[in-house]
Amino acid sequence: MIKHLTCIACPNGCQLEVDEAGGHVIKVTGNKCEKGAAYARQEVEDPTRILTSTVLAKGLELKLVPVRTSQPIPKARLFEGIAAIRELKLGRPVKAGEIIVKNFLGLAADLIAARTVHLPE
Amino acid sequence: MTARDSRLVTRDLVVVGGGPAGLAAALAAGKAGVKDILLLERDQYLGGILNQCIHPGFGLHRYKEDLTGPEFADRLIRETIDLPGLEISLKSFVVKLTGGRIVTYLKPGLMAEVKARALIMATGCRERTREMIHIAGTRPAGIYPAGLAQKLINIEGLLPGREVVIIGSGDIGLIMARRFTLEGAKVKAVIEIQKGSRGLVRNVVQCLEDFGIPLYLRHRVALIHGRDRVEKVTVENLDSGARFELSCDTVLVSVGLIQENELLEMAGAALQGLNLTSLPGVFVCGNAYKVYDLVDTVARDSEQAGQMAAEYLRK
Amino acid sequence: MYDVLIVGGGVTGTAIARELSRYRLKLALLEKEVELAFGVSKSNSGIIHPGTQNPPGSLKGKLCVEGNRLTKKLAKELGVDYKEVGELIVIFSEDDRPRLLKIKADAEKLGVTGLRIVGRDWLLEHEPNINPEVLAALFAPTAGIISPYRWVYDQAENAAGNGVEILTSHKVIGIGKEAGRFDVSVAGGKVFSARFVVNCAGLCADEIAGMAGITGITIKPRKGEEFILDKKREYISNHLLFPLPAPTSKGVLVIKTSDGNPMIGPTAEEVADKEDLSTSDDGLKQVLESVKKLIPAVNENDIIAYFAGLRPVAGDDFIIRHEDKVPGLINVAGIQSPGLTAAPAIALLVAGLLKKNGLGLRKKFFFHRFRAKTVHLFSLLVTRISPLIRKDPAYGDIVCRCELVSAKEVREAVRRGARTLDGIKFRTRAQAGRCHGGFCTTRIMKIMAEELNLPMTAITKRGKGSELIKEERT
Ligand SMILES: Cc1cc2nc3c(=O)[nH]c(=O)nc-3n(C[C@H](O)[C@H](O)[C@H](O)COP(=O)(O)OP(=O)(O)OC[C@H]3O[C@@H](n4cnc5c(N)ncnc54)[C@H](O)[C@@H]3O)c2cc1C
Ligand SMILES: Cc1cc2nc3c(=O)[nH]c(=O)nc-3n(C[C@H](O)[C@H](O)[C@H](O)COP(=O)(O)OP(=O)(O)OC[C@H]3O[C@@H](n4cnc5c(N)ncnc54)[C@H](O)[C@@H]3O)c2cc1C
Ligand code: SF4
Repeated sequence: MIKHLTCIACPNGCQLEVDEAGGHVIKVTGNKCEKGAAYARQEVEDPTRILTSTVLAKGLELKLVPVRTSQPIPKARLFEGIAAIRELKLGRPVKAGEIIVKNFLGLAADLIAARTVHLPE
Repeated sequence: MTARDSRLVTRDLVVVGGGPAGLAAALAAGKAGVKDILLLERDQYLGGILNQCIHPGFGLHRYKEDLTGPEFADRLIRETIDLPGLEISLKSFVVKLTGGRIVTYLKPGLMAEVKARALIMATGCRERTREMIHIAGTRPAGIYPAGLAQKLINIEGLLPGREVVIIGSGDIGLIMARRFTLEGAKVKAVIEIQKGSRGLVRNVVQCLEDFGIPLYLRHRVALIHGRDRVEKVTVENLDSGARFELSCDTVLVSVGLIQENELLEMAGAALQGLNLTSLPGVFVCGNAYKVYDLVDTVARDSEQAGQMAAEYLRK
Repeated sequence: MYDVLIVGGGVTGTAIARELSRYRLKLALLEKEVELAFGVSKSNSGIIHPGTQNPPGSLKGKLCVEGNRLTKKLAKELGVDYKEVGELIVIFSEDDRPRLLKIKADAEKLGVTGLRIVGRDWLLEHEPNINPEVLAALFAPTAGIISPYRWVYDQAENAAGNGVEILTSHKVIGIGKEAGRFDVSVAGGKVFSARFVVNCAGLCADEIAGMAGITGITIKPRKGEEFILDKKREYISNHLLFPLPAPTSKGVLVIKTSDGNPMIGPTAEEVADKEDLSTSDDGLKQVLESVKKLIPAVNENDIIAYFAGLRPVAGDDFIIRHEDKVPGLINVAGIQSPGLTAAPAIALLVAGLLKKNGLGLRKKFFFHRFRAKTVHLFSLLVTRISPLIRKDPAYGDIVCRCELVSAKEVREAVRRGARTLDGIKFRTRAQAGRCHGGFCTTRIMKIMAEELNLPMTAITKRGKGSELIKEERT
């Protein structure tokens, strides 16, 4: 079966044609680069997304600390991820890139801080 | 505080705006040999609009990584901040500019004037509003420029609405459709007057299609209803003229950005080629020069503005 | 027991409150909205008319001319910016000259001074953007401009300083009369007793009159849509520009405002609903078409805001009278245009009616006639700002970038009674500029939350039901 996808791996947004059978990719065309083929495979076989949100800070200079998953996580688990992030509170200063939750949702991805946030002046 | 504060001092380079454009320009100017730079930013933090853009999609060119806005800002700030000869002044709001490059700014407790030998304006842009596109109807609470909603949610932790209709399918509108959905609100539709989405295709996919949010092309919001708070909108199909209503408590307006160039206008400067203005020694970069899609390009072009200023100062 | 209860906190009610506050009286003003000036008085053209375009012999004409003179004086006492910019009623055809001369003669009968006809050359010199086909105009130099809401707030503040109780969120729902006294009930259960009631409830003046037993007044709203242009176009005209008047209105105008932004409008359309403040595509079209005849350079891309107001029309003239059937009740109804102008004259008239009907007016020993001018950075020269900031650093903390409003001014506005975002906007201009609050709204909300000790979810645009935030993460 032929599936049409738009590659989201970069802003070019190539229109991909994916020949697929039983959830497995046979051939990808329309991609300007290899990332596109990889994206198509992933998107058909196990769609994933980077999840970003914010964690409530306590006693820091900002009210919210932006966070993200260090790698894409299964698309089907985005809302579960958001709910888990909502439960968190952060009371210590962090540096951008610092891990906040290791193996977020039991996945290989970690939840990391996306901004350096200090104690208030 | 004494009268000395307002005495006219001269600086080699003054950069107005501490977003990615201003930072990249200051960085490049410093690297090109400018030894005395004053960067003025009206906010309490550097990074400009990036701080509220917590979604990924930044830095693929400059850092070869898919970063969020704050991460991109963090890296750029770390590259720039220790530059010798760079003074960063936060909470410093430039209110006046003359053709002779005299910059007046306000800061809590202080009004100061500096004379810049060279000047780079990197003041970014602002959002077009509902009023600029003349949407008729009432004027209740619940109508937000999309960027304001983004700031409310991502910086302030405030959810401005539960049932949302978005006007305009530019990137900010699309990004906010996803953000509202993730934060628990229902996005009823995105209404776009053109034949195609104005935003990047990847954003249509991951912000709308992922969540099953309908995009109405060649439609417009003809009326906003509601006395105190938005209650519904009337949507019109531009081809058939047919109208239908969508109930909602919030309307997000994402109908484009305009350069924030009132200061340059005040100084009598017109924009010319890339980073250039009609006034000698006055440069403009980033979204103040033109509205960019990608921050990577902003950084690249703004570095060029920094080099141009350095070149100008050498002459 | 109050001597006088004033129902309605628009320009009429507050002008009456301020006037009566000179006397030894126990006074209160009841307003249903959370803030004053949220009725007709917030959405109008802000023109202090000279008195032209009113039939000689009309009450509104007489009060307009008198109000124009009084406003000038009162604005000085109360520290409100008032600019006498002058108006031009413009004609394009010789056929219209007789009508123009008639307007002049009528106005002179009413006592308008300084009127003269100016010709094309004068017009081209003084109004460079005017349609070059212009022929002549009637020049009325006494026309002025004022900020209608600041005018209300500052009169109210002075009245309060002189002892009037200003009670907002007090909606009158019933009026009983017994043994020579009124019992005025407000929503929520409180009852206020008074010897006299002055009804100046704008669009609801017929309802209030009805509560007190006077039927026969019917207010028909007549909508006017107005469109505000960017401040960059401040000098698109140097005077207020009028076409020849239409039967139900003064026509579509080019208006100068005391905030600098020019305005175009208003339309005039009878509507059924007293709450219908919507604007329309047709309204915009009509305004643009008409106004381009005056100034072809008007560009719709310069529009930064728009609104609609409802003129409370009860026949052709104002109704201002003591009701002999309900002694002690004074109705001030049908205060359509030029009500903003006439307000101080209406106040004098009402004071006279009260006196005539038995209220003793004895002057207070101390009447605070003057009010210190509110500080607005936007109206100051840059050189004047510096000393202010040195005195109070918060003046240097800019909240609204388009209109140059500091944190200090916003805080001060809350302390002077602002309870809503619109109230802040009307008092300070923060959010009124071209970005429409995109930049400053969050900061203003935080200052309000802090000053009023409210959660962000309780901050409203213009009162209950218009909350801005659904949920706060804590
Ligand atoms: C919602 C949104 C989503 C985006 N998504 C992406 C994306 O996925 N990928 C991508 O690459 N790019 C994206 N962009 C674009 C990119 O973020 C911008 O192009 C870039 O941030 C512009 O940088 P700038 O420095 O010109 O402007 P800004 O970041 O706006 O910075 C301007 C700075 O100037 C300051 N300033 C303004 N006036 C004054 C004054 N008078 N005195 C002192 N300081 C002043 C401001 O406070 C601000 O800090 C997005 C932009 C938005 C708004
Ligand atoms: C589009 C337009 C343009 C205009 N332009 C001009 C102009 O340029 N110059 C000019 O002189 N005039 C102008 N006018 C007319 C002017 O605005 C009005 O005459 C004036 O504002 C009327 O003031 P008011 O106090 O009588 O009414 P309002 O301002 O309406 O005050 C009445 C108040 O009573 C309150 N109220 C109602 N019911 C109750 C209740 N049950 N209990 C308690 N309070 C109640 C209302 O909430 C309201 O605040 C214009 C009008 C419009 C609509
Ligand atoms: S295929 Fe390659 S070039 Fe095309 S959108 Fe995907 S990543 Fe970009």
